[in-house]
Amino acid sequence: MVENTLGRVLIGKYSDLPERLGKTAFVGKEEIALFKLANGKVRAIKNRCPHKGGVLAEGMVSGEHVFCPMHDWKINVCDGQVQAPDHGCVKAYKVEVEENLVYIVI
Amino acid sequence: MLKRKLILIGNGMAGIRTIEEILKLDPDGFDITVFGSEPHPNYNRIQLSKVLQGDTTVADITLNDWNWYESNNIRLYPGESVINVDTKKQIVYTDKNREEPYDKLIIATGSNPFMLPLPGSDKQGVTAFRDIKDCETMLQYSKKYKKAAVIGGGLLGLEAARGLLNLGMKVDVIHINEYIMDRQLDREAGKLLQKELENQGMNFLLNKQTTEILGKKQVTGLRFKTGEKIAADLVVMAVGIKPNVALAEKSGIPVNRGIVVNDYMETDIPNIFAVGECAEHRGMVYGLVAPLYQQGEALAKRICSVYDEGYKGSVLSSQLKVSGVDVFSTGKIREDENTKAIKMLDDWNGIYKKIMIEQGKIIGAVLFGNTKEGNRLLNLIKNGANIEEYTESNQTEESGASLVAQMTDDEVVCGCNGVTKGNIVSAINNDGLTTVEQVKGCTNASRSCGSCKSLVADILEFTLGDKYSEDHKESICACTTLTRDEVVDEIREKHLTHTREVMNVLGWKNDDGCSKCRPALNYYLGMLNPTEYKDERESRFVNERLHANIQNNGTFSVIPRMYGGVTNADDLRKIADVADKYKVKMIKLTGGQRINLLGVQKQDLPSIWAELGMPSGHGYAKGLRTVKTCVGADFCRFGTQDSVGMGIELEKKFEGLNGPHKIKMAVSACPRNCAESGIKDVGVVGLDGVWELYVGGNAGTDLREGDLFVKVKTKAEVLEWTGAFLQYYRETANYLERTSVWVGRLGIDHVKEKLEDKGFRDELNKRMDITLATVQEPWSETLKDENLVKRLYETVNVPVASK
Repeated sequence: MVENTLGRVLIGKYSDLPERLGKTAFVGKEEIALFKLANGKVRAIKNRCPHKGGVLAEGMVSGEHVFCPMHDWKINVCDGQVQAPDHGCVKAYKVEVEENLVYIVI
Repeated sequence: MLKRKLILIGNGMAGIRTIEEILKLDPDGFDITVFGSEPHPNYNRIQLSKVLQGDTTVADITLNDWNWYESNNIRLYPGESVINVDTKKQIVYTDKNREEPYDKLIIATGSNPFMLPLPGSDKQGVTAFRDIKDCETMLQYSKKYKKAAVIGGGLLGLEAARGLLNLGMKVDVIHINEYIMDRQLDREAGKLLQKELENQGMNFLLNKQTTEILGKKQVTGLRFKTGEKIAADLVVMAVGIKPNVALAEKSGIPVNRGIVVNDYMETDIPNIFAVGECAEHRGMVYGLVAPLYQQGEALAKRICSVYDEGYKGSVLSSQLKVSGVDVFSTGKIREDENTKAIKMLDDWNGIYKKIMIEQGKIIGAVLFGNTKEGNRLLNLIKNGANIEEYTESNQTEESGASLVAQMTDDEVVCGCNGVTKGNIVSAINNDGLTTVEQVKGCTNASRSCGSCKSLVADILEFTLGDKYSEDHKESICACTTLTRDEVVDEIREKHLTHTREVMNVLGWKNDDGCSKCRPALNYYLGMLNPTEYKDERESRFVNERLHANIQNNGTFSVIPRMYGGVTNADDLRKIADVADKYKVKMIKLTGGQRINLLGVQKQDLPSIWAELGMPSGHGYAKGLRTVKTCVGADFCRFGTQDSVGMGIELEKKFEGLNGPHKIKMAVSACPRNCAESGIKDVGVVGLDGVWELYVGGNAGTDLREGDLFVKVKTKAEVLEWTGAFLQYYRETANYLERTSVWVGRLGIDHVKEKLEDKGFRDELNKRMDITLATVQEPWSETLKDENLVKRLYETVNVPVASK
């Protein structure tokens, strides 16, 4: 279960990320969902819902949560925790924004 | 602190439920390993019959998928069986030569189907009905063969039989006794059920004992004790289950009928526990989900050293739906010289009730056709109530709420998800819930089969008291207490202009809304102010945000518009070229007479649209989708009117219109109705010199025949009445309310009466025309806007050098 640490990966420009929406990023073999929240913060989680593998990047974003488009599971994009009444979690990645550049720590 | 090693043998519902409870109490206390003989993660065995009956899929009945095990750091060895336990050294041994030491061991090996030891029972085509593999066997046989025999007329046998009927097989149900389901039902109810199932196509052979399974390698039939024979290509044995105790016996763990446990689910051997169908508690072995979940909770507390009184046993009741018939039974149901009974039979409505009394106390009950009283009777029996308590309360027409009052907090309301009355009441009180929907969202009660919905409503009524009323105003979602009408009125009065403003001004509990209210508000705002409101893409469901349907694997599909279902060779060529170039996975005709290109990558959508050069068919829209047509007067020998022309006109006029939900239309040119106008939101039927309009029809979830709405003479009138009808629907329906439900709610007479007023029709059409004038073709609009393509359709690709 231990991932190879690849370190910091440059994803792209902060200004290119759509607000209150997700963005799909393929980093090597990993598929990641990036979200620019209404408060301007960027968060990243694995792009697969623990329920049935729905693509979270396409979900509706509300505050710090995203609703999976498959069956409406609600997931916190900061820590990857699935919200009640459902259970589970997805991997959350550390995001760093410097100047206008967005990095993910893998 | 070192984690203790916990091993679970058996990857089923009871065992995994126990693990879930342990993770709640002590998430980091244990290093957990699970062995399961089946190659699947934990699934809902109760719903296997639904899979067989074609109502759901294996994926949909999975309770804990692979990710759940991984994210909770649980080691799962699927398809691996434990064959021995060394209880002294505390080590388990598997059939794959694995040895695992344990500190705590839970045995949850469930039951095995009981296979009759008949000559020939090892032939091909003989199966049990217990797991996914059995389901798959039955599905395979149904494709090749036509004749099935089910041995056993209990619940499982009947469910298997119903599934095989759905799969197109002829089914004989063989039962050894004189009536079916004799464990749960008395003769009267058994016969009623038999009549109902015979109407559905099952054939029953009662009082028959099977003595031999016939055939060479492959089964060909059955022989009975009487010497009679019947033909069968598939034989399903559903005569019962027995606790799977082989491993416990072999390992020297004391076994009676099941593995013997005390109130804390402890066996006689230190650090070994048993839970579920394999366990015997106070002489009882349980096969229903509610008691097993209660056992799991008690066991989890024990293992995590949380003080608890333990498991005290359950009064059994079965609330079942057999092929659509509600059946309930509990306690003693056989009459003898010591019992008296109250019986009521309403043969006309197919309702039967029997209440068993012994020494003045209620000891059992059977309900058939109407099972509302089930929970209440169960409680009376648990409390050792006298029959007078039941009969007297009957005279005072008890409401559901007072029945709820008698329920104890630990009583399970939702058997599918193991939710108790206590869970529901505290959720209502702590989270201020007011609707069944909210209770479902917060607790999972009524989320699976839905049979406990009315009980959940009763608990709401009981808990909220005066604050609850039957026609309780349903708020649009849990973020607000306001109803749809209140929200729409406020938007109008206060001239609110975007979703965040609505949520802010109207005091939403969650200032960013949720997946229910955001799309609804976005629709209402656009409907009320079509010229100025700018549609919020981030408040749209992915399909409408991207103008393509998302599929189960995250790819998309493209459905170009094809007015009235008419195309031409040039368009077909273009579609074929695009399908080749972008490696489309499947080309499929839709029900609405169009072509669907499936399995497209998101980033390819814009280029595909550009190369097609066709408008979007809005196959994903909450709005006008398609206008289906028959061949009509151009070519058809019977066509009285130009249905194709009428359909194309309708589609061109209303294309791109947003609605509360999807809108499907059809035009047929004679009463044969080849375009199926009777089951569309708006269906037109052309007769000689007249067009009939039907509305509120639906062929989907809410199957409903359209009501005749109006007869008109000209195409212009068809457009006028359709426009007025659709606009009235757009302005008064709840978001996500189809016309079928909306017409049912308002009543067709009301809708007709309103729209007979020419002045009102004109007003509606004026507003409709303003809305239609703002419609933009979404695909070409996207292509014009580079920024939009970048933001919504492009993905980021970062190659990573492997180390």
